[in-house]
Amino acid sequence: MMETFLTIELGTWMFLVVGAVFSGYAILDGFDLGAGTVHLFLKEEQSRRKALNAIGPVWDGNEVWLVIGGGTLFAGFPKVYATLLSAFYTPFILFLVFLILRAIAIEFRSKETMLWWRKLWDITYSVSSTLVGFTLGVVLGNVVRGIAIDGNMIFKGNLLDIFNPYALLTGLTVVALFALHGSVYLVMKTDEKLSDRLADISKIAGLLFTICYVTLSIATLVYVPHAAEEFKEMPILFLIPVVTLLLLLNERRLIVKKKYWLAFLTSATLTSLLLVTIAIGLYPNILISTIDSAFSLTISNSAASPKSLGIILTFVMIGAPLVLLYTLFLFRTFRGKVVLDDMSY
Amino acid sequence: MDVEILSRIQFAFTISFHYIYPPLSIGLGIALVVFEGMYLRTKDKHYEQLTKFWIRVFALIFGIGVATGIVMEFEFGTNWAAYSRYVGDIFGSALAAEGIFAFALESTFLGILLFGWNKVSPRVHFFSTIMVTLGSMFSAIWIVVANSWQQTPAGYKIVGEGMTARAEITDFWAMVFNPSSVDRIVHVWIGAFLAGTFLVLSVHAYYILKNRFVEQSKKAFGIILVIAGISALAQLVTGHDSANGVAINQPAKLASFEGHYDSLAVADMYLFGWVNDAKQTVTGLKIPKGLTYLLHQDFTTPVTGLNAFDKNDRPGQVNFIFQTYHLMILIGMLLIGLTLFSLFLWWKGKLFKQRWLMIVFSFSVLLPQIANQVGWYSAEAGRQPWVVYGLLRTSDALSENVRAEQVLFSLILFTLLYVILFILFIYLLNKKIQHGLDIAETKNGHTQPNLTAQ
Ligand code: HDD
Ligand code: HEM
Ligand code: HEM
Repeated sequence: MMETFLTIELGTWMFLVVGAVFSGYAILDGFDLGAGTVHLFLKEEQSRRKALNAIGPVWDGNEVWLVIGGGTLFAGFPKVYATLLSAFYTPFILFLVFLILRAIAIEFRSKETMLWWRKLWDITYSVSSTLVGFTLGVVLGNVVRGIAIDGNMIFKGNLLDIFNPYALLTGLTVVALFALHGSVYLVMKTDEKLSDRLADISKIAGLLFTICYVTLSIATLVYVPHAAEEFKEMPILFLIPVVTLLLLLNERRLIVKKKYWLAFLTSATLTSLLLVTIAIGLYPNILISTIDSAFSLTISNSAASPKSLGIILTFVMIGAPLVLLYTLFLFRTFRGKVVLDDMSY
Repeated sequence: MDVEILSRIQFAFTISFHYIYPPLSIGLGIALVVFEGMYLRTKDKHYEQLTKFWIRVFALIFGIGVATGIVMEFEFGTNWAAYSRYVGDIFGSALAAEGIFAFALESTFLGILLFGWNKVSPRVHFFSTIMVTLGSMFSAIWIVVANSWQQTPAGYKIVGEGMTARAEITDFWAMVFNPSSVDRIVHVWIGAFLAGTFLVLSVHAYYILKNRFVEQSKKAFGIILVIAGISALAQLVTGHDSANGVAINQPAKLASFEGHYDSLAVADMYLFGWVNDAKQTVTGLKIPKGLTYLLHQDFTTPVTGLNAFDKNDRPGQVNFIFQTYHLMILIGMLLIGLTLFSLFLWWKGKLFKQRWLMIVFSFSVLLPQIANQVGWYSAEAGRQPWVVYGLLRTSDALSENVRAEQVLFSLILFTLLYVILFILFIYLLNKKIQHGLDIAETKNGHTQPNLTAQ
């Protein structure tokens, strides 16, 4: 059987690590993707450049969390990695395409002064940022709902199954959440009129997210029986949505009071709460089969060997403090409001 | 076309495209460390201008390298699900190490390298430049380790049978130091140094021809030429080591490199030639018994030929492998000749007066790029029909549920996207080169912030 560390099985540790990395990803890349979503609502050239440079030094480092998340999922649960990515072949390919378009847009928009050039890349940047979050949300929605996996861990559904209403709703929720998170980040990094404008945007995003979140919660209870089951068994879990809603109310208050740093922490917490809820709902499954629950991929039937898990977890223990250290160093270096200089986008 | 061939084309296309950028990033990283180091030591403004100019170029290249690299990681799962299950236990730890130790380092310090010039002290900036360069070299280690494990598996056992068979790790260090990894990492690194240094040489040769930034360019050209020359010579040595390893571990690949069919005969070495696979002959210019001599230091020991293997267990595209391999070596020799000759002229103080040589250098950036591409082609095509040598066939490595239309769709999408990306890349690179170094001084010693960042 599985080996343990501090009385917890290695597979469970790995599940926590993968979850933590993806939360980290959602919190970090979440704000720069969200900044992309609200980009077009800023009208002036100078505002757009400031918004872009607010994420300039950090977005690439943020994206690394996705790379590490992919790496740890592959390493820890190779079978999940294989089944998940091949099942969502088309969505993941689109996701990659949007990710590349976004990177190009950030990189290229300020390289020419022509109006059409900048407009073109502004639109590309904003639309692709939004769609990156949306596709991830769609995949997430399907993971919560479960997918058609057979006894050989092979996906039997088709493309239309993937774009079901529940998953689409999850996609929207993620977009709204990132828009909130991103606009709060931008409020924090800018000043004067621009900052006020962004504060207004963040209030709208907060409202949208609240609506999506409530609808999604109800939909989950109605349409996703196994998640509802979990909540019925442990009613204490109902605290999570309550806390989420309270945090959302408080977020608005913090923005009005101009306590932006706290507001940013709040939206970060909201992001990780969403993922924590999902992780609790799944555990100890990772990919639920809608054909037969015996075919589900669980921590114990899909984890790598204990030897391999031991190696990866050792890497994580050595690497995590280092990664946190560099990240803090980076954010500290670029703290404060954005100032444009000769190296800016 | 079936899923296998489409997936292979897609993988080859996306990795080839990705592999345009990493060698440039790694090699330019080295050049940046040199320029910035010289600036800190000598306080010579020229080196500051060079550093800042090359940082801008680096930003462009690195950005595309990252964007196209993420595609590669995901493709393992999307297109090669059976492969991912098979090797996940082994490959996973290398990929995880790459993410945690290498990518995190390079991408974080990249922020400071690109945007921190006026925010941190010169020493901290220099430190960041070094970290980004080291990070990119580390990432090459892990990805090449993973790839080398596929070429020469070690430190594993097979568990399960048939559909569920997969490799499980038994010895991490044996996996990392599998028989081909060290040779190949060094060969790949140096290939990257060549790619980066020749980009620098090309651009500065062009400036010298155009009579722009001449003083700065001469300084840059000299130092970088030394690095390029050492790298070119070293590449011959590491390539030779690799070939010796291939002879021991992947004899069918080595036989394909030289089009050597006879199962147990003394082997010749070709300078160039053409393989007729049906007739099993090679026509070209050869050094008789050359391969035997290089491998065994005598003229009598036989070398295993392709006919020692079943048709199904050896590569099919022998001529392709032969050509790509020989092109790499030809370029290697050209680079050695070019750098040594130029170093000699430099020492004599005549280098920059040779216009024709500067014209040659302006185009020389293409040579290491081509060598890097064809080097991978020969190494990877020579591994076929195995995806994991001797263990898993490429045709058994696919995603079971993915259909040909889906792969065709993604292949078309990537092709369109990459064509656009490449055009933009060349356009912007050219624009940066035409814009050139910022030499305008201002009061505080920094160039003015301008509205249109270059
Ligand atoms: C010789 C080295 C080398 C080789 C053979 C490859 N790469 Fe690469 N890769 C790099 C060297 C590199 C690099 C130098 O570290 C990056 C960072 C910037 C760049 O231009 O390339 C990079 C970027 C990069 C990224 C983005 C990382 C980030 O966010 O910083 C990923 C996910 C990959 N690569 C993955 C792969 C995979 C899965 C490959 C094989 C199939 C692969 N690379 C081949
Ligand atoms: C000068 C003579 C050279 C020799 C004898 C040589 C030899 C080799 C050999 C034997 C391999 C296959 C290794 C394997 O499959 O395990 C290889 C691969 C490769 N070569 Fe070369 N090479 C030379 C020059 C170059 C140059 C100049 C470059 C690039 C600038 C280059 C780049 C590569 C690359 C990228 C690979 C694939 C990665 C690998 O397998 O190591 N080579 N080379
Ligand atoms: C270091 C990472 C890798 C690099 C740089 C690399 C490079 C290449 C190159 C240049 C080709 C084109 C050769 C050709 O088409 O014949 C190729 C083909 C291919 N590679 Fe790799 N590869 C890497 C890792 C992998 C991995 C991990 C897989 C596992 C799925 C893989 C599977 C393939 C396949 C299936 C082809 C097509 C084979 C063919 O058409 O002959 N490669 N690779």
